Amino acid sequence: MIAPAGEALKRTALNATHRASGAKMVDYCGWDMPVEYSGITHEHLAVRTAAGLFDVSHMGEIEVRGPQALALLQHVTSNDVSRLQDGQAQYSAIMLPSGSAIDDCVVHRFTPDHYFLCVNAANTDKDFEWIIQCNSFGAEVRNVSGEYSQIALQGPRALEILAKVTERYPGDLKYYWFRRARCGGVESILARTGYTGEDGFELYFPPASSAHLWNTLLDAGRAEGLIPAGLGARNTLRLEAGFALYGHELDAETTLLEANLGWIAKLEKGDFVGRDVLLRQRAQGTAKKLIGFEMIDRAPARDGYPVWVNRKKAGKVTSGSPAPYLKKNIGMAYVPPDGADVGREIQIEIRGRLAPARVVSLPFYKRPK
Amino acid sequence: MYPPEFLYTKDHEWIRVDESVGTIGITDYAQKELGDVVFVELPKPGDHVTASESFGTVESVKAVSEIYSPVSGEVTAVNTKLQNNPEMVNTDPHGEAWLVRVQLADRREIDKLMRADEYEVYIQQEKAH
Repeated sequence: MIAPAGEALKRTALNATHRASGAKMVDYCGWDMPVEYSGITHEHLAVRTAAGLFDVSHMGEIEVRGPQALALLQHVTSNDVSRLQDGQAQYSAIMLPSGSAIDDCVVHRFTPDHYFLCVNAANTDKDFEWIIQCNSFGAEVRNVSGEYSQIALQGPRALEILAKVTERYPGDLKYYWFRRARCGGVESILARTGYTGEDGFELYFPPASSAHLWNTLLDAGRAEGLIPAGLGARNTLRLEAGFALYGHELDAETTLLEANLGWIAKLEKGDFVGRDVLLRQRAQGTAKKLIGFEMIDRAPARDGYPVWVNRKKAGKVTSGSPAPYLKKNIGMAYVPPDGADVGREIQIEIRGRLAPARVVSLPFYKRPK
Repeated sequence: MYPPEFLYTKDHEWIRVDESVGTIGITDYAQKELGDVVFVELPKPGDHVTASESFGTVESVKAVSEIYSPVSGEVTAVNTKLQNNPEMVNTDPHGEAWLVRVQLADRREIDKLMRADEYEVYIQQEKAH
C-alpha cells in the first residue's frame, strides 16, 4: 500500500537506527519501514533456526478501560473475552455487521476493567473510530499507539537471549500470556506472542527507549545468531505458518468462517457484531473457502494471480511467495468449497499460462515441539 | 563495477555485442534492488524478442521483475544453468548469470543505449529518488 500523495511517511522511533544499519526501506501502509537488512532468505532462516529481531512499532495499540470494558469487547470482538484471566491474551477479530472483520487483533487483559488491543498499523484509526461507534456501553477507549514502540524477538533461541536482559527468567511465561517486566532496564509489557510460527516474545515500551532496547537485545543475542529482520521476512514467515494477513486473507468482504477463523468466532458466548451472519453461514455453509496450495510448476504464485478450478477462473491468490525454509512456492487463495479438498490439483494463472498447483493442509509449517 | 564494454538500458539490463550477437543480462544495481533471486523465466532459442519489450522475468522472494530486451532479434542461446542456480544472478550478474544471446535484427538499436559512465550517473539519480 502506498501513502496518499503529498503525505509524509510516518516513522517509528527506530527509523534512524534502521537507516544507519543500511536496511532497505519501503513505504508500508504509509510507514517508512525496513523490508530487509541482510536479505529476506537469510533473515527468514535465522528466525527458523536461531532468532530475529523485528521493529513492529507501526502496529497500533488501543486501550479499553472501565467497568463496561468487558461488555464493549464482548460486543465488538469475536472471541470470548470473558475466558481471559489477568495477564492472558487472545487472538481475535474486531467485527463488522457483515460477519467480516474490520481488523484482526490480539486482546490482552491486565485486569477485568483494563484491556489492551494490538491492531494492524493501516487499520488503527478506523478500528478506533469503529470501536467508539460501537461503544454504547460507556467504556473508556483510547488510541495509545503513540505511547508505545513494539519489538518482536522471534525464534527458537529467543527465550535464552531475552533471559540475559530480564531480571526475572521469562521462561515461565506461557504462550499467549504477558506481564510487565524490565527488559534491558526498560519498563515493558512482555508478551509471549508472535507472527512467525516460532517461539518468541513481543515487547511494548515507551518509544524513547527504542534504540537502547533494540541495541541491547542485538548485543545480547549476537552469539546465539540473532539478526535484525524486516517486513519481507515477517511476511514469508507468517505465510509459512499459515497466518492470515489483513488486506490479503482478511477484508471487509470475507467472513471469519470463510477465512478458517471459526475458532475465534465464539458463537455461543452471546450476541456480538456480525454473529447472526456467522450463525447462518455455520448452518448453510460458505460460498468460498480459504485454502493453502503448493506449486507443482516451477514458477512462484504471487498475490492477485487468478486461481482456476475445474477449468474455470474460481478465485484469486491472497498471498503467494517462495517459502525460504520449506524451499517450495506456496500460497493461500479463496476457492469455491468444491475446489478446496486437500490433494486436489488446481491451476494458478501465471503470465497467461495455467500452472499446476496442489491444495495442501494449513499450516504449511509447524515448529518442532 | 560496470564493465565499459557493455551497454545499458534504463530498465537495468546490460548487453555485450560481439559482431552481430548480443549477450544480455541484468545489472548489479538491478539484482541488489531485487534481493535474493529464486526464479528466472526465459524464452527459448528461436523465439523472437523486441527492443523495450519484456522477454522474461527474474523473481526474488519479494518481487517479480520483468526483463526488457535492449534489442530486437532472435534468441540463439539461453543460460540454462539459471534454472537450477537462480542465485547466480546475485553473485555474478555481469558474468556467469547472463540470460540470453540474441542475433541482432538491427544493429542501430544499440546506439540508443547508455555507456557505462552514463549508466553510473543514471543509477546515482535513481538512488536519489
